[in-house]
Order: sequence, then structure tokens, then C-alpha cells
Amino acid sequence: MQYRTSFALFTLSQFAITFLDFVGILVLFANVDALAGWSLAEVAFLYGIANLAFGLADVFVSPVENVQVAIRAGTFDQILLRPVSPILQIVTDGFSARRLGKLAQGALVFAFAVAAVEVDWNLARVTMTVVAVLSASTIFGALWVATSCVSFWWVEAREAANAITYGGSFLAQYPLGVYGPWLRRGLAYAVPVAFANYYPATYILGRNDRLGAPSWIAFASPLVALLVAVLSALAWRVAVRHYRSTGS
Amino acid sequence: MRLYAELAKRSFRRWSTYRAATIAGIFTNSVFGFIRASVLLAVLAGRPGAGELDVSEVITYSFITQGLLSVTDVFGSDQEIAGRVRSGDVVGDLYRPVDFQAWWFAADVGRAAFQALGRAVPIVLVGALTYGIEAPAGLAGALLFAVSVALAVIVGFSLKFLVNLSAFWLLDIRGPNQMMVTAALFFSGITAPLTLFPDWLEPTARALPFACLVQYPVEIFLGKAVGAEAAAVLAIQAAWAVALITLGRVVLRAATRRVVIQGG
Repeated sequence: MQYRTSFALFTLSQFAITFLDFVGILVLFANVDALAGWSLAEVAFLYGIANLAFGLADVFVSPVENVQVAIRAGTFDQILLRPVSPILQIVTDGFSARRLGKLAQGALVFAFAVAAVEVDWNLARVTMTVVAVLSASTIFGALWVATSCVSFWWVEAREAANAITYGGSFLAQYPLGVYGPWLRRGLAYAVPVAFANYYPATYILGRNDRLGAPSWIAFASPLVALLVAVLSALAWRVAVRHYRSTGS
Repeated sequence: MRLYAELAKRSFRRWSTYRAATIAGIFTNSVFGFIRASVLLAVLAGRPGAGELDVSEVITYSFITQGLLSVTDVFGSDQEIAGRVRSGDVVGDLYRPVDFQAWWFAADVGRAAFQALGRAVPIVLVGALTYGIEAPAGLAGALLFAVSVALAVIVGFSLKFLVNLSAFWLLDIRGPNQMMVTAALFFSGITAPLTLFPDWLEPTARALPFACLVQYPVEIFLGKAVGAEAAAVLAIQAAWAVALITLGRVVLRAATRRVVIQGG
């Protein structure tokens, strides 16, 4: 916050970067009426959930990637000595209001999409939407934690984590039918972002293209979210135990 | 001249030591290559011939784009100048009897050369081995592509140089850099090929320097721009390169004056 001009530009352009990102989708829809059968409003709904959830995870969990810096600099030793959970220290230390721009944009597109989709909103669908956003945030947050664990073994490989975190949220912006069978399977089972928004959205929007998956899969998101959260927490524990400080 | 060649060589070597980071980068860019290709293929499925591209061209486009991303450093990840401005080391740099801009350009050429060989080529190979991509349009096409990429590197460096110089006024360049990245991702053809843009937006996008980073080189690679058209594309790139280098010098002069004031 010390550098006011830079902060203003950053937050503004965080907003703009994701805004232009959505304009990128509008550009595609200037050429076609539907992507894999999904209309602009429906894709915006997927996009809105994905970015709203990713924005939440970005603000509250993504600073965990700074663990790489702490490992390299050796300051992780000090973190371990303090009587507060290491992950909490890293996340709060790296908290930055800069990331709010992305969250705001996600919320805006989400609001637009909710208004634009032709859905008969009832209690079940509203609940499902809230559950989807929460599950999606949990899934993205868990991905940040899980991929940050890689730094404990391979300090330099931070960018590979981007393929999972940013790549995952980017993939989630489009209907699953866009992707080939390999990517689809990866999204459903390996990096389960399909559960973040796509499957719940098929229920909320009343679409049947679950691509071979059974209909109950739309309701599985909270369970999947819980599962990846537990798995990433376990991975984190193993990683912290493995930590041997930087030698010199 | 020998000094600058040596600088570029050193820089190349320095970047080549980040092996794990390079492999990680190849992985990330390849994943994004697949995603971009999938989305664009869905567009083509909805409207064959959209953006005057066919299936194999869209795939080629997606992977070459991901390769060029690091060569032209669209994300402006190399922020060494700004770091030296903040620490004050830049004073020493300015004392040296070499041209400040040329010094950093030489270093960037080394970086770009490594990213081209160590990162872009493997990414394109991943695309070629999985999806299959198009070869450049003949030997002449390949040469024109090389020239176009070289000009793209100059434009990319000049934009980054300007962003870094803003550190003389702002100290922290994350804001300006993010702005540049925002504009570059959208207007360079990375988000979507410029030929898919609506008619009222495409000419503007083509006129901006960002198209020089990705869109133009890829068009030459795909043989979309040949003969006189290719010459015109290269001319636009060269014009932007000259204009931005000049602008960089003007801003640098203003910035150095500021150092003198600050240093007392």
C-alpha cells in the first residue's frame, strides 16, 4: 500500500485484465452463437462461478505460494519456530489488497450471468449456486496449497504450479464439452475443477450434457471439495515434515 | 559491439542455468497451448472458417503463441532494471561508459535467444507430436518468420524498458507492468487471434504495438501474410521498434535527470 500510484494501477489493471479476459470470450461469441452447445449467458455463468471462486481463493489462500521464497531464503526456519501454524503465517503475511480487483470482476460477471441466464430460480437452485461457489473456492484454495508443496522438493518449479492453478481456473471458464477426452478426464478426476462449476451448473441451468457422467454428479461438488481439501492438507503436513532447511 | 555480443552470450548462459524453471515453464505453456487450441477448435466447430483459420492453423496458432509468450516476455517477468533503480545500483550502471539502453537490450537478446531455443522450440514440439502443427511456409517463410520474431523481441524489450523506467518515478512497477500485460495479452492475439475480433475493433488492434509481439509473427509463420503483405507486416514491426526505442531514449534522459535530483 506504500506505493499508491502503483497500487491503484495494479488493482485497476487486475480488474481490467480479467475484464479484457471476459471480452476475449465476447470476441469468440461474436463469431459463434454457442460453444459446445452453451450460450453466452451460460458460459458467463460458468465463468462467473470460476472467477468468483478463484478470486476468493486468490485473496485468502494464494499467498501460500510465497512458501517458495521462504524456503529459498531460509526464513521458513523462523516460521517453524513460532507457535502459530506455518500456513497461517505465510498466508497472512502475503495478504494483499491488490488481489481484490480480480475478485470484483468475478463477482460482476457472475451477477451479469445470474441476470442473463434463463433459469427459474427456486430455493434448490439458489442453494446449489451458493454451494457451488463455496465448493469451487475450496477446490481452488486446495490446489494452491497442494501445488505449493512442490516447492519443498523442487524450489524452482513454481511456474509448473501455475499450469494447475491458473490453468485450472482458465479451463473451468468453458464448458467441458469443448475439451478432448484426455483433458476432460483430467478435469474430472486429476484436477477436479469440473466439480468446481461445470457439474453443478448442469443442474442449475437444467442442462443434460454431463458427458456420460451420472446425474448425481452435480451434487458431488461439496464432497469432492472436502476430499481435495483433506488431501492437500495431508500433502502440506508431509511437505513441512520433509523440510530440511537450506544448507550452505 | 563485441561487448554487447559478450553481454548477450552471458545473459543466454545465465538463463540457461534455470533448468527446473524452464521445464516448469514448458509444461505450463504446453497445457495452455492445449486449452487455447481446444477453445478455438470449438469456435471452428460452430463456424468453420472463422477468423480465416482452419483446424490445423488454429492448433499451430495456439502453440506458436505460447512459445512466443516467453520469447517476447509478454508477462514482463524480467524486472531487473526496476530492481536496480529501487536499490540504487542503477547509479553505477549509468556511470559505465556504455549505452544504458543498449546494455539492457543486449542482455534481453540473450534471454530471448535462450527462451526461443530452450522453451519455445520444445513447446512447439509438444504441439507437433500431439496434435500435429503446420510447418512454416517454405524456406523464405521460415526466414521471414525469424526476422519477424527478432523485431517482436525488439518491440517487447522496448515496452518492458519503458515499464521498468517508470520505477524512476514510482519505485514499484507492479502496477504499470500489470497494465502493460493486460493490454498485451488482449491486443497481441494471445487471448484470441485478431482475425476473430469484430470488424470495428480489429484495425485498432492491428495498429497497436502489441500485435507485433505475437499476431504478426504467427501470420507470417502460417503464410497468411506473403510477398508484399509480409513486407508490410515487417515494416509495421520495424516502425514500432524504431519508435519505441526512440521513446525509450527520451524517457531515459528524463529519468536520469531525476536521479541527479534525487541523489543531490
